[in-house]
Amino acid sequence: MNIARLAGKLSGRSRSARSPRVGQIVTGDPLAVGPDASHGLILYIEDITVSFDGFKALNSLTLYIETGELRCIIGPNGAGKTTMMDVITGKTRPDSGSAWFGQTIDLLAHTEPEIAQAGIGRKFQKPTVFAQHTVFENLELSMAGDKSVWHGLFARLTPLERDRIDEVMETIGLADCRQALAGTLSHGQKQWLEIGMLLMQAPRLLLVDEPVAGMTPQETERTAELLTSLAGAHSVIVVEHDMDFVRSIAKKVTVLHEGQVLAEGSIDQVQNDPKVVEVYLGE
Amino acid sequence: MAVQTATPPLPAALVAGKDLSGQRMLDRPALALLALLALLGIFVPLFNLAVPETSALHVTTYTVALLGKYMTYAMLALAVDLVWGYCGILTLGHSAFFALGGYAIGMYLMREIGARGVYGNPLLPDFMVFLNWKTLPWYWHGFDMFWFAALMVCGVPGLLALVFGWLAFRSRVTGVYLSIITQALTYALMLAFFRNDMGFGGNNGFTDFKDLLGFGLHAPGTRVGLFVASVVALAIGYLTCRYVVMSRAGRVIQAVRDAESRARFLGYRVESYKLWVFVFSAMLAGVAGALYVPQVGIINPGEFAPLNSIELVIWVAVGGRGTLYGAVAGALLVNYAKTYLTAALPEMWLYALGALFVLVTVFLPRGVVGLVARVAGRKAARA
Repeated sequence: MNIARLAGKLSGRSRSARSPRVGQIVTGDPLAVGPDASHGLILYIEDITVSFDGFKALNSLTLYIETGELRCIIGPNGAGKTTMMDVITGKTRPDSGSAWFGQTIDLLAHTEPEIAQAGIGRKFQKPTVFAQHTVFENLELSMAGDKSVWHGLFARLTPLERDRIDEVMETIGLADCRQALAGTLSHGQKQWLEIGMLLMQAPRLLLVDEPVAGMTPQETERTAELLTSLAGAHSVIVVEHDMDFVRSIAKKVTVLHEGQVLAEGSIDQVQNDPKVVEVYLGE
Repeated sequence: MAVQTATPPLPAALVAGKDLSGQRMLDRPALALLALLALLGIFVPLFNLAVPETSALHVTTYTVALLGKYMTYAMLALAVDLVWGYCGILTLGHSAFFALGGYAIGMYLMREIGARGVYGNPLLPDFMVFLNWKTLPWYWHGFDMFWFAALMVCGVPGLLALVFGWLAFRSRVTGVYLSIITQALTYALMLAFFRNDMGFGGNNGFTDFKDLLGFGLHAPGTRVGLFVASVVALAIGYLTCRYVVMSRAGRVIQAVRDAESRARFLGYRVESYKLWVFVFSAMLAGVAGALYVPQVGIINPGEFAPLNSIELVIWVAVGGRGTLYGAVAGALLVNYAKTYLTAALPEMWLYALGALFVLVTVFLPRGVVGLVARVAGRKAARA
């Protein structure tokens, strides 16, 4: 470990934390090994700028996510929340900046499937499940493992994998619907199924976009329990508008505004921050 | 999350007598189709060869060839259903792969004629002598060997699909744009094959075939042999497609059709899956074309006509896409109707085809097999 990396470790979260990569000993393919979060951080977003036709969707955004934390990201429409998720998952390439998954995986150098395989799961705002497949099959297809065509032609479920699917089905409360076509599920059930699909992927980091939009209060409550139970074993980033929901799950909140971090802290700190009040007053 | 080692939960689907991972490979429609093919494969040759021509049960050699042609069309429909019905790629150029397979076997059949052609040239096919060519073009070498031609029957359509698909899927061309470029592909090939200096016989194509592997193509025995080969190829093609769609890869393919970005963010290389299906389907179409040409005795650039590709999408739509057996049923039904109508009311056929497509799209979105399933379901509910 060189001086810069050591300094980075001590100071926790500076840009130099892992940027200098000279002299680093990498054993094996970092994608296959998974993220190295030995410094306590799972995600490093540094100075990311994305512009669409001159409009800066992200304006040198810098953000760090700790291993196992549940982070809520709030912000008015157009603050850059979805663009940020697009950058992390490889859908959008930024104009400048860097994004690292743990110490070793450069997110800007990989495709969407590679990033997914490395351990980042993403839930879309609109629930997106495979409508013509059963709940069981949806989870089966989401399972971590070899995703090549050749393997898929001959793959058979092992008893261990079946148990894993059953376990996730219990977690998301859909054990009674295992053979139901996903397209026939209710809106809330689809949202849970999609979260279940992310769990089957065994990701280190979950990105969850507006999980409770359109849910009944009971469904919202169940979703809050579900997400809280996932933190710890996984790092979870939740983007949400519903402030009551954010209050019920978040320890730490980041407020985005015009592509930058406006404020960061506990929900009470953030809500009393004059800058945040000013941005939200108009709403 | 910790992996629990609790007692395995009772699989609900086992109670219902169904495997957890879905349906069986040989479900009722699959068995029905295979039984039908077995009956055709046994009784048509029997009634053609063993029953005297004076008997009412005699099946004429003309009918054998016609049925054989239907079998190859059904195979082509399977190929289209795999990419369109299961993967959601509306291909409007699949007859190109069918025609390429046909041309590959046609080249072998032309070489097989040898010195028996009109000009009696032992090496050059008649059309080359006619064009005053002195030597055989390089790409005609090897086609005097059946195994090489058979390899090309799969290889040429497969390679074209690979290159075309790689370019199209990598650039994430989807939907109607992809349909249009597949249509352009077959149109471009048609124009190219019309040219005399391409070395494929220009607008006349290949014809006057004499024999295949030493068997005279006009002998009733060879006709029956080709028919049986087509039936067997259709059965194998069906079972292979069925295996593919029942595998996990097949479920991924359908997942790509229903929610492409979801599949991508789950870690699937969507492009690879599409490319694989497309290439496999093109090879299947190539084999169908290779069985078609010896039975109809001719291959010309008309087979590349864009209208052909559109017509075969209609077969699949009429039968019911995304079921495989529906594609076979559609190909048989529409082609039977075509044979009948083009004889009875020749000028009406295209109108009938258009009307059929509109009616099916509006009233039978799941095709004829969907209608049958619905009627059967209603009966079962009443009983």
